[in-house]
Amino acid sequence: MTSLLHVEDLTVAFGDRDPVVRGVSFEVAPGECLAIVGESGSGKSVTARTLLGLAGAGSRVDATSLELQGTPLLHNGDRDWRRIRGRQVGFVLQDALVSLDPLRTVGHEIGETLRLHRYGSRKLRRARVLELLTAVGVPEPELRARQLPHELSGGQRQRALIASAIALDPPLLIADEPTTALDVTIQAQILDLLRAMKDRGTGLVLISHDLSVVSRLADRVAVMRDGSFVEQGTFADVLTSPGHPYTQTLLDAVPAAHRKGTRLSGTTLRIPEELDVPVADGRRADLPPDGVLLSADGLVKRFRGPDGVERTAVADVSLRIGVGETLGIVGESGSGKTTTARLALALLTPDEGTVTLAGEPWSQLTEAKRRARRWQISAIYQDPLSSFDPRWTVRRIVEDALPGLLYPDGAARRRRTAELLADVGLAEEHADRRPLLLSGGQRQRVAIARALAPEPALIVCDEPVSALDVTIQAQVLDLLADLQQRLGLSYLFISHDLGVIQHVADRVLVMRDGRIVESGTAAAIFSSPQDPYTRQLLASLPAAQATPQPILGG
Amino acid sequence: MTARRVVSRLAGVVGVLWGAATLTFAVEQLMPTDPAQTILGGAGAKPTPEQLVAVRAQYGFDKPVIVQYFDYLGGLLRGDLGTSYVRKQPVSDIIGQQLGSTLTLTIVALIASWLIAVAVTLLTAHRSRGLAALGSGLETLLAALPQYWLGIVLLVVFAFTLHWLPVVGDGGPEGLVLPTLTLALPLAGFLGQVTRDEFSSAMEQPFAVSARARGMSDLGVRWRHALRHAVLPGLTLSGWALGSLFSTAVIVEAVFVRPGLGRVLVDAVKSQDMPVVVGVTLFVAAVYVLANLLVNLAFGRIDPRLRSTTR
Amino acid sequence: MTINVADGLTAAAAPPVVRSRSGRAVRPAVWLSGLFLLLVLAWAVIPTTFTSGTPFDTDIDAAVHAPSLQHWFGTDASGRDIYTRVVFGARSSLLIGVGATALALVTAIVFGFAAGLGGRFTDGLISRFLEVLLALPGLLLALVFIAVLGPGVSTDIVAVALGSAAGYAWMVRGQVIAVKDSGYVSAATALGHKRSRIIVRHVFPNAMRPLVVLATMGVGQSIVWSSSLSFLGLGVAPPAPEWGAMLDAGRDFVSTAWWLELFPGLAIVGCTLSVTVLGRHLQRRLEGRLT
Repeated sequence: MTSLLHVEDLTVAFGDRDPVVRGVSFEVAPGECLAIVGESGSGKSVTARTLLGLAGAGSRVDATSLELQGTPLLHNGDRDWRRIRGRQVGFVLQDALVSLDPLRTVGHEIGETLRLHRYGSRKLRRARVLELLTAVGVPEPELRARQLPHELSGGQRQRALIASAIALDPPLLIADEPTTALDVTIQAQILDLLRAMKDRGTGLVLISHDLSVVSRLADRVAVMRDGSFVEQGTFADVLTSPGHPYTQTLLDAVPAAHRKGTRLSGTTLRIPEELDVPVADGRRADLPPDGVLLSADGLVKRFRGPDGVERTAVADVSLRIGVGETLGIVGESGSGKTTTARLALALLTPDEGTVTLAGEPWSQLTEAKRRARRWQISAIYQDPLSSFDPRWTVRRIVEDALPGLLYPDGAARRRRTAELLADVGLAEEHADRRPLLLSGGQRQRVAIARALAPEPALIVCDEPVSALDVTIQAQVLDLLADLQQRLGLSYLFISHDLGVIQHVADRVLVMRDGRIVESGTAAAIFSSPQDPYTRQLLASLPAAQATPQPILGG
Repeated sequence: MTARRVVSRLAGVVGVLWGAATLTFAVEQLMPTDPAQTILGGAGAKPTPEQLVAVRAQYGFDKPVIVQYFDYLGGLLRGDLGTSYVRKQPVSDIIGQQLGSTLTLTIVALIASWLIAVAVTLLTAHRSRGLAALGSGLETLLAALPQYWLGIVLLVVFAFTLHWLPVVGDGGPEGLVLPTLTLALPLAGFLGQVTRDEFSSAMEQPFAVSARARGMSDLGVRWRHALRHAVLPGLTLSGWALGSLFSTAVIVEAVFVRPGLGRVLVDAVKSQDMPVVVGVTLFVAAVYVLANLLVNLAFGRIDPRLRSTTR
Repeated sequence: MTINVADGLTAAAAPPVVRSRSGRAVRPAVWLSGLFLLLVLAWAVIPTTFTSGTPFDTDIDAAVHAPSLQHWFGTDASGRDIYTRVVFGARSSLLIGVGATALALVTAIVFGFAAGLGGRFTDGLISRFLEVLLALPGLLLALVFIAVLGPGVSTDIVAVALGSAAGYAWMVRGQVIAVKDSGYVSAATALGHKRSRIIVRHVFPNAMRPLVVLATMGVGQSIVWSSSLSFLGLGVAPPAPEWGAMLDAGRDFVSTAWWLELFPGLAIVGCTLSVTVLGRHLQRRLEGRLT
């Protein structure tokens, strides 16, 4: 078998620190896709770049063998590498907005590969650029070639980036998170494009943290953790019978329908049963008799953009959330889901329609009257760091949210803060640190503690886990589920990730361009979607799911 | 470049100029001394009451303020900036005569500072730690130097001691070197900091990796990608830089005893010759605003996020 | 409808942070700067500790003498000791420098906050006003002011303040708006806090942060401007000791008596450099704690 790429015992270290890549070995054959899967810090990106000799300044690369089409690469000088890059190996990064020079036209960027390798004349290069743009599916190639990257849509940009990587038809293509910044439907199109190339004989190395992306493309999978491969095999093998516990953890952490009601993470973060949340007298009595906590009718919100054009962000949205229930809103960017969340929180006033909280008017009130009732509804956001005052410590952030009347003196506040931090799985020592020094998962826990502090009935969760690694995401989702069970909370859960919504929501709203295109129970929507858009979204979920795993722990 | 945007920008320009004109008119009205007095010879002279009345009528000071204001605006639209109290010449003539010298100095200085800033950046940015520190330190030093001191030092070193360059220019190019350097070096220090920052930042962006992955050398990335990003803030700041250079040209012309708008302005301030002071100021404001407009129109297509130089 | 005046301003007023690559190299410079500024401050407050005699003592026999043991910095055209004049000159330079910056900042904070926190109308009004002011370069604005009111110390302070106030106000406004639109202000509103509480606890401290750096470096710029004005003959009246005026007076002798220009000039340059180094250091420290 002629292997395209042969890597044996690759090690990469920076300075005199511990190696970032330790003894990694793999092979890629023509027309085959190897996916390297791992979380942040696993070393997968460094591995990808090392295959191009771009590991970075101060790197030391060592391997028993590193060969591309039989030619050894290990002792390549800069000139040797430059001959190979672009011609024998193509590289596609994530987010074309920053991976293409914003000051150069798209045509120039694609043509650069041709120019660097002395392809034909200027006229020939121009023709090739247009040919490439058409091949990757960008309409109006003459126009697009003259435009700057920010003038194209996200999907078109990414296609242009791919075009620049395959300009000279390299036999090997390395893609590092090529679809991360894109909407799910666009993501599927880009992956189809890559698969078409694979089918034509290009070898593909795909780096990703997202198993659903991998499932659409990969023939073989390598699971990477802390610089080494814990497991490697065909996609089907690794998925159905993972050999390594870490792989199992990764698979378990992916939320999907049949896992609803089960824990996604291990049992390591159970909340101690003896810690109880005191229910203050009179507060819970405010709950409405008919069980509807939040309702919105015919909401409309318009914005005027910087160019003066008015956009309708939300058009005729109505929803209902009951006590103890989770309503999920799923949609891509620009669907209006975040605006809906802000309307529910009364951070925005609707142009038309009303919001009612616990049976009483909510959106129609003046801010002064609303303030007294804001404790009933709190929020956690996608980027917790930007929702914290940069100068404040964790303790201050949580204490600031405590209801003043219930905890009048400093000692009571300290006690309560400690309780809340323990509830979300943080140790006392975290209280005096700044969130800047905490990890992404820890920051989100602080945000949850703050959201719990006023003892609300409803928490609005706006993409709370989108920025987290999959295993951390699992822990946070489990935490939210536990809290809901113990405290009878309701959630308005917003996400672009269908898998997450499938896992957490009781009922679901699918939004697109400001409108609700479909609504119903989670079960109904995911088993028999009616709207073509919903079907399109569902089609992007991981293909074959593993057989149901037994519930771990208790 | 939509017509709507161009029109809206032009409207903005006109608005600011009108505002500046109104502001200077208001300031002029606040003068505690009597302009008629100044016209008739300043503090030393003792004009008769009849002379004062005659002058007031001639210059229109006896008219109501509102009428004076509209006369003033009308004059501006015609290009009439008033008449100097001291020299009795139209201000626009005075500016016209002295403009060439100052304009030459300013524009040459602007170009020189760009070149110096870019050169220092290319040579020292994103390289070894020592080199970067050297370049950065140099820029800090230059940016902190007061123009007049730098001018004097340059004069002493190059003119008086080394005799390479003349002390007072005779209109030829050698006479331009020292004043230009005096103006250009501090600005280069400042522009250099901004340029260097952009350059380093650009070299670490993903698009630099993309370029390398296509087979480009490090040098190639510097020249064909990072350089463009680096000069962008310098170019977009041109309007501001021109205005700043004009005002420091005032000082430089005093140090090097060069004729120009600067000297005219200082003399006018000392003798409270308001039309000249106001006229020159408005003129500089117009240059500044128009330069900004040109820059905006030229770079309008580029992603607006890139044009901001705040960090 | 802005003319991107803001770009020039924000870049001009807040130079970018030096990447921490050269962090170690700056350390001794920071110490030196701090010490120098303390020295100058001491000169301003207790000048008699550093020199006997007054800056007005003339001694015609010793006119235009080079630096020697009796006259460390030499003497000027009237035989006055330059060292003494430099020491005493610190007071007026610092007074104008700090005074003008303080005045400019206070004005800037008032207008900047009013524009940032006020409604669209207030913001629009103040913004347009600031844009007009910004179209007039600082020094020219100061000159216009002096033309109207005549030269003098208090006029100088106000003139220099006027020249820089608009730029500061624009920056303050930008900061206030950024904080007002930030996630944590939004979160605080969602928690049910009153607007006044949010302004006091969040908007004010966070918007003011970068101003500390600005103020430090602004003092340097004010000192340069005010000495420039004196240099042009528009500032403090002679024979009062003032660094810029001393440079002006010494100009005629510059080919023969270099010490007349060197020492006052070094004092000014020393101040601006020290203030810039300290300001950058402060900026790095503050940003380091937040990023």
